[in-house]
Amino acid sequence: MASIGLTINKKPYRIEADPQTPLLWVIRDIAGLKGTKFGCGMALCGACTIHLDGEAVRSCVTLLGRAEGQHITTIEGLSAEGNHPLQRAWIEFQVPQCGYCQSGQIMSAAVLLRENPNPSDTDIDEAMMGNLCRCGTYNRIRKAIHRAAELM
Amino acid sequence: MPSEILDPSAATAIHRRHFLKISGISGIGLILGVAWKSAGMEILAAGDVEDSFKFNPYIFIEKSGKIILMNPRPDMGQGTFQSVPALIAEELEVSLDQVTILFTGGEPEYGSQTSGGSSSIRGKYFALRKVGAAAKEMLLSAAGKKWNVPVDECYARDAKVIHRPSGKHFSYGELAASASKLEPPQNPALKDPGDFRILGKKYPRPDVPLKVTGKAVYGIDAEVPGMVFASVLHCPVFNSVLVSYDDSDTLKIKGVLKVVKFQRFLGANTYDALAVVADSYWASYQGRLSLKAKWDYRGFDQFNSEEFEQKLRELAGTEGVVVHDSGDFAKALAEAPVKLESLYETPIVSHSPMEPMNCLARWNDGDTVEVWVSAQGPDLVKNEISGALGIPRDNILVHILFSGGAFGRRLYCDFAIEAASISKAVGKPVKLIWSREDDTQLGPFRPLTFSAMKAGLSENGAPLAFQHKVIAPSMGATMNKKRNISGESSSMTEGISTQKYELPNMKNEYVFADFHIPLAAWRSVTSSTVAFAHECFIDEMAVKAGKDPMDYRLETLLTKDSDTKKLLTKLKEVSHWDQPLPKGWGRGVAQYEFFAGLAGYVIEVSSQPGGGVKIEKVYAVIDLGTVVNPDTVAGQIEGAATMALTAATKNGISFKHGQSVQTNFYNNILIRINEMPEVETHIIADGGPVIKGVGEPGIPSFAPALANAVYAATGKRIRRLPFNLSKI
Repeated sequence: MASIGLTINKKPYRIEADPQTPLLWVIRDIAGLKGTKFGCGMALCGACTIHLDGEAVRSCVTLLGRAEGQHITTIEGLSAEGNHPLQRAWIEFQVPQCGYCQSGQIMSAAVLLRENPNPSDTDIDEAMMGNLCRCGTYNRIRKAIHRAAELM
Repeated sequence: MPSEILDPSAATAIHRRHFLKISGISGIGLILGVAWKSAGMEILAAGDVEDSFKFNPYIFIEKSGKIILMNPRPDMGQGTFQSVPALIAEELEVSLDQVTILFTGGEPEYGSQTSGGSSSIRGKYFALRKVGAAAKEMLLSAAGKKWNVPVDECYARDAKVIHRPSGKHFSYGELAASASKLEPPQNPALKDPGDFRILGKKYPRPDVPLKVTGKAVYGIDAEVPGMVFASVLHCPVFNSVLVSYDDSDTLKIKGVLKVVKFQRFLGANTYDALAVVADSYWASYQGRLSLKAKWDYRGFDQFNSEEFEQKLRELAGTEGVVVHDSGDFAKALAEAPVKLESLYETPIVSHSPMEPMNCLARWNDGDTVEVWVSAQGPDLVKNEISGALGIPRDNILVHILFSGGAFGRRLYCDFAIEAASISKAVGKPVKLIWSREDDTQLGPFRPLTFSAMKAGLSENGAPLAFQHKVIAPSMGATMNKKRNISGESSSMTEGISTQKYELPNMKNEYVFADFHIPLAAWRSVTSSTVAFAHECFIDEMAVKAGKDPMDYRLETLLTKDSDTKKLLTKLKEVSHWDQPLPKGWGRGVAQYEFFAGLAGYVIEVSSQPGGGVKIEKVYAVIDLGTVVNPDTVAGQIEGAATMALTAATKNGISFKHGQSVQTNFYNNILIRINEMPEVETHIIADGGPVIKGVGEPGIPSFAPALANAVYAATGKRIRRLPFNLSKI
């Protein structure tokens, strides 16, 4: 047990938990932010992708102890009004089906666009390969990322 | 945070009684409710709230103007959250941003509430439009009476009734009280499709904004006060019996409260299992990892896939149950100048929805239980908990939440029974979450099917004799108490005798293979595998006949008009079939018609310089008769193509030592974004008399179209799935 200070979506938290706890469960069950999803527990599917000090990480394998003093952004904090260019583009192309993987998809895409404001299809494929979608929305994800790049 | 779950603005599904409680409507508040009684097509009106409980209406209109539409079809990504209430909203003349959509909770009066078999739109298209139309007529009548004007001077639009000559209007809320006292019309006029404002249009889905902001609530997100968590330990060797267990290390983990022994109920099967209950998910999962169980495998650890597949090959030479017999197959084959035969093989696969199985259950005093769950049918949840745990259906309250995928897996509610059992044992609300490994290894799985194909052709390639013999275990035999040979034979040979091809002297059979691992419907059921054999073998016949595979189908096998002929003609046109391709490229075509509907593909592939084959382009055509949301349909085809590509080219599930070798996404591989080609979808919706399904028809014809394209490009005939595209 430890007391660990960190920031989630610009709000400070003090978390009393085992520092070995993956951030995923801290975010979901202690901070109560359910938009970040559990998919595999092994950093294989990307459903749990968050930003840790601006970098996309898989929260299911990132331990609480590692996040001490750092800034976490989840899908709920990506934009104040839920209108980040990626979210607008995702709506325009009606990307989600079941929607379960989409928080992670959008969080991965947000880092891609920050690093590369005008990605090619290959750039998108390389950046998004770690995010699985069982419903098969990949073609729309690709289109929506191009569209978000235009909107940014 | 239970308040989040019970916030209808988050478009979560909640039980209506709760909704009415939290929205402050009391028994004296008047609402208009219209129900469609499935048995007699009778339309019923609700008076006040108390009365309305008697028959569960689909439409609630409060005096405040709030409109609630009850949705009897859970959404697992296939679009029913929008497409089903759209049927009501179109006729009621409201837009979907003026309504709150709530999933039903398995109340018997709503009839079947299961999303499965691509049945939602084709099953509800007219019934739910009639519900909306009846309510609209009542609102129009109420307005006419209030104004003392003829009803035909009034029209409805955007939740208002407008008096055309004067322009004055009432909101639906203002009319709800008086309208609810009127006799509902039994045969309300339905709108002319030319006047549709929602149906047939690319209409935005109201769940999408929730799903891009993290606000959509899935089963795994449900919470109630005092809730604890459970991780479970099942034996991955099916049919093992728990001998003993040692939980001393488990109980040392901080947060672990209890270890519970319970039974998993899956169909007619029961399996021993253990749950570790803790005050956090992580503690429960750590506890489960440190739990030591001793199992008696009872010999089932000797099972392996390779031996079983060899047994299926041997069974291919035996007689099966005859499921179709026209003409004289044996004689026609014997006399045919040209003969061909092939054996096709497909693997077991997992459903693997992105949201692992989970459920929140609260067992209360008096043997009532409340569950929050991602499931394909609240009615199924009730039936299964009631059947397994021996409590009346009425004691079970079900809240359906969004499903993070399902594909047939969530037709089985074993995980909901587990959560209820564990909650009962610990006396607290329990959220059960399976690990990905549990989800991958514990089934039920899509069955493997092998197909022994035979055909006889004339000198000019015309078919003279045809046989498709399916050799496979039976889903029903692995899940039901009683064998049903006729039902199982029909289910395991789905569609093979009812394609529109004109094949004389056809004798189709089913050879049963005994199997102890639970098998179940996977998106498009048995068509997902038998179509591969069927449509590749038709291609083999075309090649033997020296004909182009598209022309052979259209000109030799389909001389009469049919939806299949129309579909293939459209595919030929949109895929530019007659235009030559670059050297080393090839095109393949396939179609399949089955209970859910009809779709087909043309796939273009290219041979790669360093070996292997690349998919260049996918053209799809789906025949619907009538379309509700063309954009949703296109999405379903894109998704089906992705899922079918995974099933055709990735590993599938194989067993060694009685258990699935595959455990998580590193060895149970799914297609990723870099492997997904462009899919161009065309919809045939010419208003034909039959409305066909959307969710499943995009699966069966994908693998054979791909394999046929590989043949066209390389001359290599694929007869076994999965195959590796990069190693052809």
